[in-house]
Amino acid sequence: MNYSVIKGSSYVLVNAPDMIIHNGTTQTMERLLNPESEYLKALSDHIRSYDEVVNYLPNQVYIGNYSPEELRKYKQPWHDKKLADESREGKFGEIMPQDEFIALIKIVDVFDLVKLTKEFTDGVREKLKNHKLITDDLLALLKEGEEITEIEGLITDHAAEPIYNKGDLVGCVKRAHDIDPSLKAEVLFENLVSKASAVLAALHLLDKSQINLEDIDYVIECSEEACGDMNQRGGGNFAKAIAEFAGLKNASGSDIRAFCAAPAHAMVQAASLVQAGTFKNVMIVAGGSTAKLGMNGRDHVKKGLPILEDVLGGFAMLISENDGINPVIRTDIVGRHTVGTGSSPQGVISSLVTEPLDRVGLKIRDIDKYSVEMQNPDITKPAGAGDVPNSNYKMIAALGVKRGELKREELNDFIINHGMEGWAPTQGHIPSGIPYIGFAREEILKGSINRAMIVGKGSLFLGRMTNLFDGISIVIEKNYGKASESKSVSEEEIRLLVAEAMRDLASHLQKD
Amino acid sequence: MSLFSADRKVIIIGDRDGIPGPAIEECVKPTPAEIVFSATECFV
Repeated sequence: MNYSVIKGSSYVLVNAPDMIIHNGTTQTMERLLNPESEYLKALSDHIRSYDEVVNYLPNQVYIGNYSPEELRKYKQPWHDKKLADESREGKFGEIMPQDEFIALIKIVDVFDLVKLTKEFTDGVREKLKNHKLITDDLLALLKEGEEITEIEGLITDHAAEPIYNKGDLVGCVKRAHDIDPSLKAEVLFENLVSKASAVLAALHLLDKSQINLEDIDYVIECSEEACGDMNQRGGGNFAKAIAEFAGLKNASGSDIRAFCAAPAHAMVQAASLVQAGTFKNVMIVAGGSTAKLGMNGRDHVKKGLPILEDVLGGFAMLISENDGINPVIRTDIVGRHTVGTGSSPQGVISSLVTEPLDRVGLKIRDIDKYSVEMQNPDITKPAGAGDVPNSNYKMIAALGVKRGELKREELNDFIINHGMEGWAPTQGHIPSGIPYIGFAREEILKGSINRAMIVGKGSLFLGRMTNLFDGISIVIEKNYGKASESKSVSEEEIRLLVAEAMRDLASHLQKD
Repeated sequence: MSLFSADRKVIIIGDRDGIPGPAIEECVKPTPAEIVFSATECFV
């Protein structure tokens, strides 16, 4: 079978300190319910500088400058392990500062909804001139900027959403309709942030993947936002909007939503589309979520920690036809949490891990690395949610013991050898299986591992349409070379062969 | 009096990455206690 391959991936973070305060839902809800709270008063003292964010070990892992193995050498917690002089650039992407990102939101806005002040625009234009992926054409879309009084008027009189940088008002996002709740300024801000961070991830992917932009046929977007109007609240489609800015003239696309499991669903679908021959090159992409900034902030502040959910995450991936080199996506090893699976931990892990392996005769230990929910435990442990990747690994290992594939005393070694520490920000879809793809591709190409399983989970019950949650898994594997084209013979060819044989027979008979 | 006797009312808050609510419900159902609330939360 000619599976599709993972040709490249990119990972970006955006430091968004002011968006934590003004757009993270923990903070916006607190402001509504308890505007004088001690948490809100203390919040700004707990926000990290851009340098601290760049020098934070899990962030450096996310953009590829440190490996998961190197991360394990540092004992948790990591927020007090100060790195120094780390780069904003990584082999997978970058950590963009907030001011440049605000400019990018303006650049990707095609409806002139984003207004930035002249002063801010002039300053950030100079910074972005040094960004290798922001072309002059993109930079021109920043325009000249507006007077601050105009922006203040839009906020006061027309319900525009303010944009702050370092505490200063630098712009706003206008509403796109007077009464449509799907087009109010707050929603548009969230959607434009998602789009801009996805565009950044796409630009990095295309820069690193050495592919002609014209050769990408299709884009699947898998973030968590909904764009549409009051008649189609989640109408879509981010994918095509992102493709437009990434210069993918020959691409169409669509959005996949499945809460945090959407990227894993996107991988299965992209791999299937390419393997079926429907498309040759499919890009998967997702931007970040402002709502989740500072989600566990109350607990971080209570424990004297910095607000660790201070970055937006984004990623992109290129799935292409089998080139005989890059790791293949085994579409025959897909695990699914089905409607009938139930919710017992054993049932969930069986459906996602052992059932697909059983189908092809593999054992739990035949998967070298499991990429599960890769949330950074620095963020989740102080909030009482524990070490999420570790909990997932324990469940896989326990199932292995139950099935007799592991001895009880091997449980911890299994977690160390087949698991990893989590390094991804709690941006929902961003930690869900996907963060390891970049490393997995490299490790498989190097030959240090042969197989990795990507497991995505999603909390569907949060949408109140079902009590179910969701999960899907897929295996990526070393490429053992392209399968040769199967030799099929057409009816016409058979007729010619028979005719030739008859002629030979006739000539023999004549000779006789 | 057992923990889950007939006069007890049970509130279940499950964890998607731990033990989800419906799985805890199944464990409580055989007891005489009354489940008054059950939900699964996502903490990430």
